[in-house]
Amino acid sequence: MQYTEVLVVGAGLAGLRAAIGVNERNHKALVLSKVHPLRSHSIAAQGGVNAALGNHHRGVTDTPLKHAFDTVKGSDYLADQDAAILMCEEAPKRIYELERWGCPFSRTVDGKIAQRPFGGAGFPRTAYAVDRTGHVMLHTLYEQAVRFEEYSERQEMGFLDEWLVTRLVVDAGVCCGVVAVNLLTGEVEGITAEAVIFGTGGSGRMYAQSTNALINSAHGMAVAYWAGVPLKDMEFIQFHPTTLWGTNILMTEGCRGEGGFLTNSEGKRFLADYPDSQKAMEVAPRDITARNMTREILAGRGVKGKYLNLDLRHLGADKINARLPGIREIAMSFAGVDPIVDPIPVIPAQHYTMGGISTNIHCETEVKGFYAAGEAACVSVHGGNRLGGNSLLDTVVFGAIAGWKAADFVDGKAAMKQGMKAVEAAVEEERKVLDALRNAAGTEDPAAIRDELGQAMQEGVGIFRDKEKIQKALGTVLALKGRFQDVKATYRGRGMNPELTNNLELRANLDVAEVVVRGALGREESRGSHFRVDFPQRDDARFLQHTVARHVDGEGKISFSPVALGTWEPKERKY
Amino acid sequence: MAATCRFSIFRHDAAADEAPRFQQYEVPYTEGLTVLGGLIHIQQRLDGSLAFRYSCRAGVCGSCAMHINGRYRLACETQVADCKLDVAVRPLGHLPIVRDLVVDMGRFWKHYQHIKPYLIPGTPPPAAGEYVQTPDDRARLDVIIDCILCASCYGACTTTAADPEFLGPAALAKANRFLVDSRDAATEERLELVSGDHGVWRCHQIFSCQQVCPKSINPPGSIADLRRAAIRHRLRRRAHPE
Repeated sequence: MQYTEVLVVGAGLAGLRAAIGVNERNHKALVLSKVHPLRSHSIAAQGGVNAALGNHHRGVTDTPLKHAFDTVKGSDYLADQDAAILMCEEAPKRIYELERWGCPFSRTVDGKIAQRPFGGAGFPRTAYAVDRTGHVMLHTLYEQAVRFEEYSERQEMGFLDEWLVTRLVVDAGVCCGVVAVNLLTGEVEGITAEAVIFGTGGSGRMYAQSTNALINSAHGMAVAYWAGVPLKDMEFIQFHPTTLWGTNILMTEGCRGEGGFLTNSEGKRFLADYPDSQKAMEVAPRDITARNMTREILAGRGVKGKYLNLDLRHLGADKINARLPGIREIAMSFAGVDPIVDPIPVIPAQHYTMGGISTNIHCETEVKGFYAAGEAACVSVHGGNRLGGNSLLDTVVFGAIAGWKAADFVDGKAAMKQGMKAVEAAVEEERKVLDALRNAAGTEDPAAIRDELGQAMQEGVGIFRDKEKIQKALGTVLALKGRFQDVKATYRGRGMNPELTNNLELRANLDVAEVVVRGALGREESRGSHFRVDFPQRDDARFLQHTVARHVDGEGKISFSPVALGTWEPKERKY
Repeated sequence: MAATCRFSIFRHDAAADEAPRFQQYEVPYTEGLTVLGGLIHIQQRLDGSLAFRYSCRAGVCGSCAMHINGRYRLACETQVADCKLDVAVRPLGHLPIVRDLVVDMGRFWKHYQHIKPYLIPGTPPPAAGEYVQTPDDRARLDVIIDCILCASCYGACTTTAADPEFLGPAALAKANRFLVDSRDAATEERLELVSGDHGVWRCHQIFSCQQVCPKSINPPGSIADLRRAAIRHRLRRRAHPE
């Protein structure tokens, strides 16, 4: 049994910023992650992070409120407006803070943080570090965490690398801690904590085609959901317009922000042919661009019938090498294409989970002492469609808030270490569950279940959805959940048992996939990334509401909750 | 007949096995299959016990550096076709093996922490906004900040083989990353940290680290810069003793 004041689960940008936030409020943070912090998926973010800094010559009149409006409009009015305003007001503070901590942002000629145009934004407000913004931000936060770990006499920050939380322990509506597995030794241990923060990332790997790291299995979301915390707006899955044909590795929106074109088999910039993207063209928001690309391919104008071209050649070698060197490197190593010479073959693919663990603007959940931030959480600031550059912002703004609020919560506690008994009991139960899974003598091949899940999600809850397709996907997911009960395990070792980890993640993926599908079935309208061919209009009268999913008797139960409006009236989106 | 490729993989459980061995696997080959893709196929479909690290599969997270067909590389960035469908895989060198392709990176991170890998500014931050850094000053950080700490260089370094306490190419390049940052003022403190018995003077300038770096970083260049700076620092100290 271990004990800490605040346990942070996940060590990407949200988790690390939360841990620093806990330290800033003079409490101890223990950071647990299933991979070394620098291997987190935040590292893969490329294009940038939004803040109304006004550093670009075309952005001098930009304000946080304009940023918030773009965010709300981009969300198809499903974002909570107070949350969006809070995020955008905090944005400059968090970005300047990162810069002062050493983050090597690219610079303007007068030495300020450089900004570039991004989709759905009224001004060039995406601060960037070449095309490796997530990489430099994660390294900077990790560096600060190392500094806190080393310098604090009170040893305020500790790390548990390569541990996986399998259970959130809740007793009478209060969070007591977690049960976790040390992946290197296989030991199952309880960690009692006065407060727990999840910054556990997204769910992309439930789709066959995703830009996400292979570790993004929705596991944290599932652990919260199993413990009774609802998931919100899970049917809103972002499909990124430009992922590399074949491997679905991200080709940043910055490619288009810097002036890249999307062209079809005839070499034409086809976005001009669609009313919702004809003005903004390549820098329309992602939902609109991904849909129009898919329509183009379905109309037979895909290159070789399969993909579209992301053409950067007119930018010239100098600009490509200066602004998009990482993109060039990835295109060359993974597709054998040099973007200076040839267009990059791209296709839309799963990229981001707008929904997540339901929180309020303080990152608080229904369970006292349990907080969530980043892609794992749904505050909600992204609503039906997230703007590019807002995810990195979400991680640092709400990561910090989660850390501060959790520390404040510990301050307000009358008595400490009250959760130990509940955690001890949970450890005993969890050992049995994990042993059973490790020794499972079933007949079902987990790899087959994973493949079928990926295909079912691709087909049923992809870019274009309808009732029939979604129902088919639901049938498949439920059948796969049933088959997982009879899953087969072949390796019995405790330490470094990749099969056990994979099966734990698959179990999580299946339950969260069910929530995505049920949410999509219940939402009989089209909003943001959720496009129903059978209900092509947005229906504010019925569905200007958040979808809330609860885990009841092993199944997802859907209800709705109100959206915080008040500043902007919902209007039709055009770009 | 469908195409297949061969994998010969280093297997060892430090806690249970007397000696390591190589195990052979046949994997179906499709165009674009990477070494990581092959390893995942083996782990998920042929042998659930095979241990290795991975995350991004896109050459950016630094998890999957290993020794592949004679050199250190990222498994996710290495095409099986470029290995002529015959792949031999060993773990990173000069670090203790935990199991199979998983090594204990503790020493590597200890060296990283030793050089104080965080900005130590000399002046308090500006009252508003950012530290001003000219594009030319920012350009001095190019390439060197791309380091993903995959430890390919550490595995390839001949000095780390002989001296486990040698700070190694990645940590020394990281020290230089802060030295050349116009916002950082801890130059003398870092020079002291890197010019001890296990620091910059230990490097034999064999350049194997530079050869294997997946991000084209030049640690020997950084080490040479640090040596020059360390000499200047010593001379200054001799001329102006405290």
